[in-house]
Amino acid sequence: MGQSQKPTDRISDAELPVREAGDLGNYENDQLLDFYASMLFVRRFEERVAEMYLRAKIGGYCHLNIGEEATVVGTLKALREDDYFFGSYRTHGFAIVRDLAPGAVMAELFGKRDGCARGRGGSMHLVDPDRRFMGGYGIVGGSIPLSTGVAFASKYRSTDEIVMSVFGDGATNIGAFHEALNMASLWKLPNLFICTNNQYGMGTSVARASAVTELWKKGVAYDIPGYKVNGMDVLAVYQLTKKLVEEVRRTKEPIFVECVTYRYRGHSMADAGKNYRTDEEMAAWRKRDPVENFRKRLLEGEIFTQKDADAIEEEVLAKVQDAVDYAEASPFPDVADLQQFVYAENA
Amino acid sequence: MAEITYREALRDALIEEMDQDPDVFIMGEEVGVFQGAYKVTEGLLDRFGEKRVVDTPIAEEGFIGIGAGAAMTGLRPVVELMTINFGMVAMDQIANHAAKISYMFGGRLKCPMVIRAPGGGGQQLTAQHSHSLDVWFAYIPGLKVVAPAVPADAKGMLKTAIRDDNPVMFLEHLWLYNTKGVVPEGEHTVPFGEADVKRVGSDVTLIAHSRMVLFALQAAAQLSEEGISVEVIDLRSIRPLDAETLVHSVQKTNHCVIAEEEHRSFGVNAEVAATIYEEAFDYLDAPIERVGGVEVPMPYSKPLEQEVIPSPAKIVDAVKRTLGS
Ligand SMILES: Cc1ncc(C[n+]2csc(CCOP(=O)(O)OP(=O)(O)O)c2C)c(N)n1
Ligand SMILES: [Mg+2]
Repeated sequence: MGQSQKPTDRISDAELPVREAGDLGNYENDQLLDFYASMLFVRRFEERVAEMYLRAKIGGYCHLNIGEEATVVGTLKALREDDYFFGSYRTHGFAIVRDLAPGAVMAELFGKRDGCARGRGGSMHLVDPDRRFMGGYGIVGGSIPLSTGVAFASKYRSTDEIVMSVFGDGATNIGAFHEALNMASLWKLPNLFICTNNQYGMGTSVARASAVTELWKKGVAYDIPGYKVNGMDVLAVYQLTKKLVEEVRRTKEPIFVECVTYRYRGHSMADAGKNYRTDEEMAAWRKRDPVENFRKRLLEGEIFTQKDADAIEEEVLAKVQDAVDYAEASPFPDVADLQQFVYAENA
Repeated sequence: MAEITYREALRDALIEEMDQDPDVFIMGEEVGVFQGAYKVTEGLLDRFGEKRVVDTPIAEEGFIGIGAGAAMTGLRPVVELMTINFGMVAMDQIANHAAKISYMFGGRLKCPMVIRAPGGGGQQLTAQHSHSLDVWFAYIPGLKVVAPAVPADAKGMLKTAIRDDNPVMFLEHLWLYNTKGVVPEGEHTVPFGEADVKRVGSDVTLIAHSRMVLFALQAAAQLSEEGISVEVIDLRSIRPLDAETLVHSVQKTNHCVIAEEEHRSFGVNAEVAATIYEEAFDYLDAPIERVGGVEVPMPYSKPLEQEVIPSPAKIVDAVKRTLGS
């Protein structure tokens, strides 16, 4: 299990050891295969998104989850269906793992009528209230108070639904983060805050942006327990998140988790991702590839054979192709409907 | 029918809506134990308990975001900003989150939140505490912006705001809380997007909202003694704006004055003037006169402050100018 540091009257200099590996033996084979297939789906989906962006099928800002698959899958798989999810603008992977129809996600990226936000939102604003996927947001940290508001509503209505709120390392430096964490803790709201520390906010490393580089500590000032986990290991992430999801549900109090991960591509499709980091650094993180390494582990653990792996690959590629086909086939929204949805119509 | 204050009218609306709908709750700084910075929420903590009357820390961006998030699940928060000036630190959550929820998610989510806040100047509160920012919010599609001037509208529009499925900026005025007026008994709501003719007249259309409606009525009373018949229109609702009522009036009077407390440039008054020029140009016998706040940060010293804020006398002058009298 990931290590935690309970709030103390003095924040120590302690660095939490990063939990490195979950044990394959603790899982049913089906679940392991599902984790693998889901991570591979994110990887292949995002690769295809990049291709579609370069072919100008997708416009605007476009941020990929490549490199972060273990964090995406390990966190979301631990969430109950009636729990809520909030994300940043880097949410394609989260969306498809939360079972938003992949075609509706791709169609949204294409700006099509059958997109999950009907072509109004694009890459940064994926949504599906039916799956309690409460949206992607383009303002760094802006979704965090909203997610605390949904946790407030959960308490107001005395449900046991919790809210998972995912944001980047950069988001821990903005005021909205601090205000929301304070109130989540003060009012004992069921928020599981997940920080995907991918080492950079655009080109600015954590050390150049945050006085506290052990990001899990940033909740401690608000009496929120902090955890840190290897975000390149799906089992480590899942095992910890699973435990904490239930802990938040039981205690109705917020918890903060730092997932240590890396993005392999640039910040967005407009960034080559090179100026601010070295080839050596990138190569070192590539060696820890969450998808590749997990495949090797499943092979070595004889959970599946290369033939099974190939079959999963084929299935995943077919799903991605279906999503693209769906997006292509969907018409653009009717310009006559441009002003639809500016205001909600009272029911 | 008894007269009640604007403050009591607001409180009555809150109580009625909270009695009717358990999803309505109040949140903000000093709304509970302190009984409200301007005492609008006085007694509500006792009546509804801390679950529904929530005192917040001083964190406007955070608690407005929390209100918006709660609203996204169908709750109906009425969030109080102690004054509109503090709304500036919450602008991102108001303008770039709450206002965008419906549209950017293709209508799949909504945000039925009311933000109440007093604004305006004239109490020597100086540069940082005297703003009229109505136009800031009215600029944003996705927000509704209303600013009632009299107790009956205050009550009726607050009830409408709470029932609306969209984020509503409900803008009050420091000087209005103690003003009195008759409020209809029983269920009383006032729709958005309908300006109200507060005084019928035939020589000139005088348009205002919030506290300036009271000044406009004073000016009209004075002018009527001089034989000038002024029609006073209270916008009440800034977004949506009721162009039709304004245009009809100008078609009748052929003259128009707009009096607003905001800085004279780039304001609600400019939008109203442009609307009338676009839709009633041929009916105007003279250019529109605009009366607005002098373009300075609000000074402290009383005579300086009084010079900034439009007065009934300045409105009278503007009416006479446009009539060429
Ligand atoms: C308030 C705000 N400031 C700046 C930006 C521009 N911007 C978009 S993403 C980003 C970096 C955020 O980094 P992080 O939170 O670590 O998330 P990551 O992109 O690494 O997933 C910046 C500066 C923004 N969207 N919002
Ligand atoms: Mg980052």
